Amino acid sequence: MAIISPDEAVKERVLAVQEYALLTGEAIANLFRRPRYVADMLMQADFIGVGSLPIVILTGLSIGAVLALQTSSTLQQFGVTSITGQLVSFSMIKEIGPVLTSLMLAGRAATGMASELGSMKVTEQIDAMRALGTDPIKKLITPRVVATVVMLFFLSIISDLMGLFGGFIVAVSLLGISTRQYWTSTYQQLQFADVFQGLIKPFFFGLIIATIGCYYGFSTKGGTQGVGRSTTQAMVAASVLILIVDFFITRLLIGIFGR
Amino acid sequence: MPETTTDPTSGNGHPQPAEVVLEFKDVELGFDQHLVLRGVSFRLHHGETKVLFGVAGSGKSVLLKLALGLLKPDAGVITVLGQDINLMEEKDLFQLRRKIGMVFQESALFDSLTVEENVSFRLVEEHAPPDEIHQRVVEALRFVELEHTLQKFPAELSGGMRRRVAIARAIITQPEIILYDSPTGGLDPITSTTIVELLIKQRDVYRTSALMVTHRLQDGFTMATHCYDKEKGQMVPVKTSGTDTRTSFLILRDGKVIFDGSGRELATNTDEYIREYIS
Repeated sequence: MAIISPDEAVKERVLAVQEYALLTGEAIANLFRRPRYVADMLMQADFIGVGSLPIVILTGLSIGAVLALQTSSTLQQFGVTSITGQLVSFSMIKEIGPVLTSLMLAGRAATGMASELGSMKVTEQIDAMRALGTDPIKKLITPRVVATVVMLFFLSIISDLMGLFGGFIVAVSLLGISTRQYWTSTYQQLQFADVFQGLIKPFFFGLIIATIGCYYGFSTKGGTQGVGRSTTQAMVAASVLILIVDFFITRLLIGIFGR
Repeated sequence: MPETTTDPTSGNGHPQPAEVVLEFKDVELGFDQHLVLRGVSFRLHHGETKVLFGVAGSGKSVLLKLALGLLKPDAGVITVLGQDINLMEEKDLFQLRRKIGMVFQESALFDSLTVEENVSFRLVEEHAPPDEIHQRVVEALRFVELEHTLQKFPAELSGGMRRRVAIARAIITQPEIILYDSPTGGLDPITSTTIVELLIKQRDVYRTSALMVTHRLQDGFTMATHCYDKEKGQMVPVKTSGTDTRTSFLILRDGKVIFDGSGRELATNTDEYIREYIS
């Protein structure tokens, strides 16, 4: 493996950020330009949204149940297990629901996009599309961005609900909390700011997942090995970016709403 | 307006004015501080087929991508159908590319689409009526004798069949220029002859200008020494002068054009490298 000088390495990174920013900008700008590939958007929405439902339901249920179990042991020390539902709902709706769903989708959709587009890149299919007079960003990336952003929004809501349901099963069956007490505590203390925080995040995370997946796919080099490398890099980059952006959005929204 | 020049390759010894459809002027391109093309200049005239020879890594495929605007040169001017493509934005290039057909080295068919969807791709993008699309797809596939493969996926076809589907995809809109990137590369001699026959058929039936990259000398010479006989439905040797006057040759060496001329001029060239190359 060739050794790259530090300044070359930095320049490569800066170039990658520049290319990513341009690609993302172009993909978003294409929303306002014709032609719009509605059929491709629906196909991607089916793959990303409907196809991810089982994994989102399963992780939502599981994390909600674990949250109820973990928090109850602490709450028992203060004799307030009755607010288990409140803790589960706050955690799920504001943070864990959108973040966990996004990480799941990064594993499923971002890697799928990187490997599919990467294979197209190394077999010259992207060049063939350009040669046929079709803008591959418009045809391949914009539909994926739209589908991911829209579907992640709904998947996050489903994940939140499944988390609450998982917590409910544990609260009622293992912690001895009544059904009415659990469900009442889940929404009594919720405010607009909490729900807004949980619903705004998927838009940013969806954008990250789709653009990172597509960027790594489009910048694939080096045959099948390169496709594998792009797929891994897309997963890592999307996950890390989601966690970093989550911190800043949370800090911003706490600053705005005070909670 | 496209430039009009004297076409040295057009018929029976009398120069005739022919439109220049593709022109490279002192084109240079490098990757990672290594120059691949060093001041390449040539012209392709309307109806002419230029066969581009060169050893592996001499910049043949790069030259085709430059002609399509898929790559931008570091220096020089590339004019396609009268337009300087260096000055064009990507969105304008998409319009221009619709007038150019390209057959990629490994076919580059969309592997998740059927043969019919692959061939009709450009027509669907242009929102042509479905009936017309189907009819034209069948016609294009009939031209390459693959009309029975409509619903097959590229993975179900042999290498030669994939190459023929790629030709059908390139010619379906009857482009003004066709670029062939090693259309016979990796194929057995019999299939290669079938592909070359199709290229000759396309040249003689539709009079399309073409730039064909190859490292197989016999393909280029077959192009120059044969023409398509519509009555017989196959290629036959050129009778009158022995070579087709619309087919010329270009040889690249280390990123430079070292020969640009007719088959006859190539055969009588005394340059040592060229002699060795064509022997």
